[in-house]
Amino acid sequence: MRIIIIGDGKVTYHLIKKFIAKGYEVSIINPEQEYCDYIASKTNALVIKGDGTNPYSLKQAGAMKADIILALTDNDPNNLFICQVAKNHFQIPKTFSVINNPDNEQIFKKLGVETVFNTTKLISILIEQRVEVSNVSNLISIEEGRLNISQIILQSNSPVLGKSLKEIDLPHDIVFGCIIRDDQVLIPKGDTKLLEGDKALIITLPEKQAEAYNVLIGE
Amino acid sequence: MMYVVVIGCGKTGSAIADLLSKNGEDVVVVDKLNSSFNLLSPEYTGFTVNGDATELEILLEAKIDKADLMIITTEIDSVNAMVSQIAKKLYDVPKVIVKINEPLKSVIYRNTGIITLSPTDLFIDKLRDKLSKEEGKALDEERTI
Repeated sequence: MRIIIIGDGKVTYHLIKKFIAKGYEVSIINPEQEYCDYIASKTNALVIKGDGTNPYSLKQAGAMKADIILALTDNDPNNLFICQVAKNHFQIPKTFSVINNPDNEQIFKKLGVETVFNTTKLISILIEQRVEVSNVSNLISIEEGRLNISQIILQSNSPVLGKSLKEIDLPHDIVFGCIIRDDQVLIPKGDTKLLEGDKALIITLPEKQAEAYNVLIGE
Repeated sequence: MMYVVVIGCGKTGSAIADLLSKNGEDVVVVDKLNSSFNLLSPEYTGFTVNGDATELEILLEAKIDKADLMIITTEIDSVNAMVSQIAKKLYDVPKVIVKINEPLKSVIYRNTGIITLSPTDLFIDKLRDKLSKEEGKALDEERTI
């Protein structure tokens, strides 16, 4: 596997080390002589001092036979450009880019970048998920945080106690996965009634999570 | 009357905005630096939008969705590439013309329908014309002798 990375700083350095440890062939393009020297002295990466948006530098980094390109700069237009040259000019099959402005996620996808890491969004989702809401815990988030599985313990003041699933008004885009009641796992049907102390596992889109909590916990 | 969005108000962008405005077109010019608008002539009657053209909000403020023609003139090729593709592919602007600063980087525009102009290549073409004309003249002179 041959990977080309365009980036700087510690994250890039540690990624290079990780990939090399996995046995990948890694090239890095960076405009700063000092950074290039440092990477060359610490790793076995092929180091190209140059401009990652320049097809000539990409070619030197082995773009003709690369499998993956990773654009990690803090400049979104540059990251887009790098991925597009890689994909359209060098036919590199997999293009990954970070974006710094969260609004660029859709633009990058529509313009053909395969995988987009929306760092601002990821960090804000991670923080939200770690902030404890009483009786609620986020178990897993899937697809870069686009889908969450969370668990809610129904307390005595929950508005849904004694109601069946049919009767409660769950918003769309929420799947009631299962109920854990006294260590028993119940797969809920429409007429399953919810009781105090039930642990409800729900699958939601992150933006619908708050709505789901309101229904099951109350305001 | 055409609605034209010009991106970048440097030497090239400001001159284009002036020219189009003088020709009676409806022009808006976008630049990150407010002071760049000083380059526009006092007769310029179009609008200005101060902001980063790679932000969708700024492009929408310049009404990219209404543009008949978009001319992209910044010094940074990756910015030009991003803005021109947003215009062409996301907002179907009928005519998008982009300035190429580094001719090597024009590879990205293949099959996009975006019109590219490279000052470097244009200069070389003109120069070639001039040289071949002068050669021609020299030959003519030789013949008359």
